[in-house]
Amino acid sequence: MAFAGRIALVVALAVTLYGIGASLYGARRGRRDWVDSGRRSVYALVVILTVAMAILEAAFLRSDFSYNTVANTSSTTTPFLYRAAALWSSQEGSLLLWVWLLSIWASVAIRMTRNRLRDVVPYATSVLLGFGAFFTMLLVFFDSPFTQTHPAPVDGAGLEPLLRNPSMLIHPPMLYSGYTFFTIPFAFAVGALIVRRVDAEWIRVTRRFALASWLFLGIGILLGAHWSYYDLGWGGYWGWDAVENAALMPWLISTAFLHSVMIQERRGMLKVWNASLVLGASTLAIVGTFLVRSGVLSSIHAFGASTLGVPFVILIGAMVAGSVYLVISRRAVLRSEHALDSLVSREAVFLLNNIVLVGLCFVIFWGTFFPLISKAATGTSATVAAPWFDRYTVPLALALVFLSGVGPLIAWRRATLANAIRNFTLPLAAAALMAILAFTVVPLHSSPTTVVLFCGAAFAVSGIGQEFWRGWRARIASAHESAPVALLAMIRRNRRRYGGYIAHVGITVVLVGVAASSAFQHEQTVTMGVGQSVHVGAYTERYVAATGTVDSDPNHTGATLTLGAVLRVTRGGHYVTTLTPSDGFYPAAGVMPGAAVSSLIGGQTAVSEVALDSSPRRDLWAAITPPEGQLPESKLVSRADRIDPTNIPGSDQVAIAYRLLRAISAYYRHHPPPVTFTLLASPLVMWIWIGGLIVLGGGLVAIWPAPSALRRRAHARSAAIVAQELGRA
Amino acid sequence: MSSPRKRTIRLVVCLAIAVVLASGLIYTSFAASDPALSPSQLLRTGHAGQIYQLTGTVVQHSVRNRAGGVLDFRLADRSGGGRSIVVAYTGSVPSAFAPTRELIVTGQVRGGRFLAQPNSMITKCPSKYTAAPAGE
Repeated sequence: MAFAGRIALVVALAVTLYGIGASLYGARRGRRDWVDSGRRSVYALVVILTVAMAILEAAFLRSDFSYNTVANTSSTTTPFLYRAAALWSSQEGSLLLWVWLLSIWASVAIRMTRNRLRDVVPYATSVLLGFGAFFTMLLVFFDSPFTQTHPAPVDGAGLEPLLRNPSMLIHPPMLYSGYTFFTIPFAFAVGALIVRRVDAEWIRVTRRFALASWLFLGIGILLGAHWSYYDLGWGGYWGWDAVENAALMPWLISTAFLHSVMIQERRGMLKVWNASLVLGASTLAIVGTFLVRSGVLSSIHAFGASTLGVPFVILIGAMVAGSVYLVISRRAVLRSEHALDSLVSREAVFLLNNIVLVGLCFVIFWGTFFPLISKAATGTSATVAAPWFDRYTVPLALALVFLSGVGPLIAWRRATLANAIRNFTLPLAAAALMAILAFTVVPLHSSPTTVVLFCGAAFAVSGIGQEFWRGWRARIASAHESAPVALLAMIRRNRRRYGGYIAHVGITVVLVGVAASSAFQHEQTVTMGVGQSVHVGAYTERYVAATGTVDSDPNHTGATLTLGAVLRVTRGGHYVTTLTPSDGFYPAAGVMPGAAVSSLIGGQTAVSEVALDSSPRRDLWAAITPPEGQLPESKLVSRADRIDPTNIPGSDQVAIAYRLLRAISAYYRHHPPPVTFTLLASPLVMWIWIGGLIVLGGGLVAIWPAPSALRRRAHARSAAIVAQELGRA
Repeated sequence: MSSPRKRTIRLVVCLAIAVVLASGLIYTSFAASDPALSPSQLLRTGHAGQIYQLTGTVVQHSVRNRAGGVLDFRLADRSGGGRSIVVAYTGSVPSAFAPTRELIVTGQVRGGRFLAQPNSMITKCPSKYTAAPAGE
């Protein structure tokens, strides 16, 4: 089957090259049949890459260790779902996932535009297939997922235990979907610039894909933050790491694009800006992929050894050079149809919002690439730490919160004093009330930044609430519907607007959670024996007992041995909760008869399973630091290793090894050594994830086709059928 | 509002503000940055009292727990060659910390050892530990 997989990749590469040629030939010669053939290449690419994905996924699921990638990232003891997800834990598997997702989204886009933008689509098809060709070429010539070793190893190395988390199933596909969705607006922007068709039509066609890329990437980023916070034992959701930043930059630029594009649609303005944003966001998405695979920057996410840096530099160089050439050479047709009427208008606020977002992106870009910049300027590589990022990003984030409140309220073209009084009185009152609360009831005043952000959040959310309320009342009055029906009808009739409002609320809620948990978090790293306790903020955490389990695997991650602790948490003498953090120990490579006990638990470093008691008000978080990556009672393990199971007649060798492990775990429970705990008490963290869900909801509302569009499509289909019937008759 | 003269003035003002802000950004980034070195570079060029960001691989069998919650380990160059330096670290230790793993830690050299700032350790995401292709 591996041979079939290799053939599939070669055929996929051939199909992409053919499709590029057919589309370009058809466009230049005005041959519709060649253009259609190019479009069908995209559909063929999906089928071929699906076959390749299925072959590789099947190899993972049946643990075929003759595939190098399966042997390196999976094992017989890796739980079933994680075996499935192990496909994208390797570089070659993740590249295949990337190009497969690209082919799916590209075919959806090409299918949706088969009767629109006939002059633009062939070039867009070529660009999309160009991306497909690039990634397929990497898989064929540089890093094939179908490389085999004969004879196959008995068992694989297993999926890294830290990756045995439900987030592994969804976080990478979400991020990759976000990245690959970016290629669609990019491809159509390039096509529109090539044929000089720079009206709002290409934007209308691809806006939903731009929104999808924004949504998928945003949710992917949040899932990564949640994973880091909850499972990896890093105790934080954001570290300004190069690869984290690389995902955030295109998201910021696409956020700017989703706002400024409204100005082009309504007023025919900002065409150069919008084209630049689309081209920039897509290039930054590829830069993110490059950063992970090039090793050019020290990052916690970067691949250890990769040979793909040079091809990615060539791709990025081509994208930047092509984008700059197209925008400059088409500047005459990109001229705005109108000028800004007033600085006190929604257009001006959106423009300011765009400048802040691009400024934020520039700050992050500068900080991320500073090691390379400083090396070029001074000869010494240097880095900037989190405080430097915070110095710039915090005020810019505050400005964004206020602008997200002002944008929906201010009038298009030119705002009047009457408009300002009518729309801003309530939000300003809400912000003032929040300021009073911050200095009286809620003790926020020790962090002025948090106070300002909370006031901004109150301003933005109350402004959006006011917009909902007014629209809702108007709908009830005009359509005489019941309140729930009127609310749903109002949102359905203007999904883009109200979906955007909901997303604004979600982002504001996320920022509130980030601000509060950053400013008011309490942390303790302490070594305690059983019976000892420590204060974490207002909470007292007491280590009451040690735990140890063998093969019952409480966390369902495939751990053979789990050692942990029971912490009793009280506040003011009252019981609050019980936390049970643990360390999981994993086998080296499957569980094999005759294997030493140490191989059952010494495959990787012990992995911390965080204990979390989460509520809307605060999170209590506890992790045990793995003791040097080794089992603490290592003398017992050494002694167990010296027992030869073959000398014990009538018993299964694996069963004997497990019996020895159980003895070790019982010893640990009854003679627990001091353990190092990391303990956090953080307010409002849950609101970061709730805010993410609100953004997801808003994004889905905005992305869903409006009823009128659905009706139009249904009418078009029935009209086509009638025309066909008439033709036959 | 939209006369060419006003548009030019607006553009110049905006560009001037952008230049001032960018200059501030560039200045502070150089002023606030810490050199990023490998262990062998640090041993060769490091100065006492200067803050560095050290990137390297934890040497096998070098990890020791000392009194006071101090974790000692040796850090060698990522490439595998060069000299190694003892790192003394306090604070929370990420799950991915282990011998042979790559990590980044911030601190300063004192008495031939690297005294890391508390909680400054970040370890590489294990999803990206791909072995070097044969022959490289």
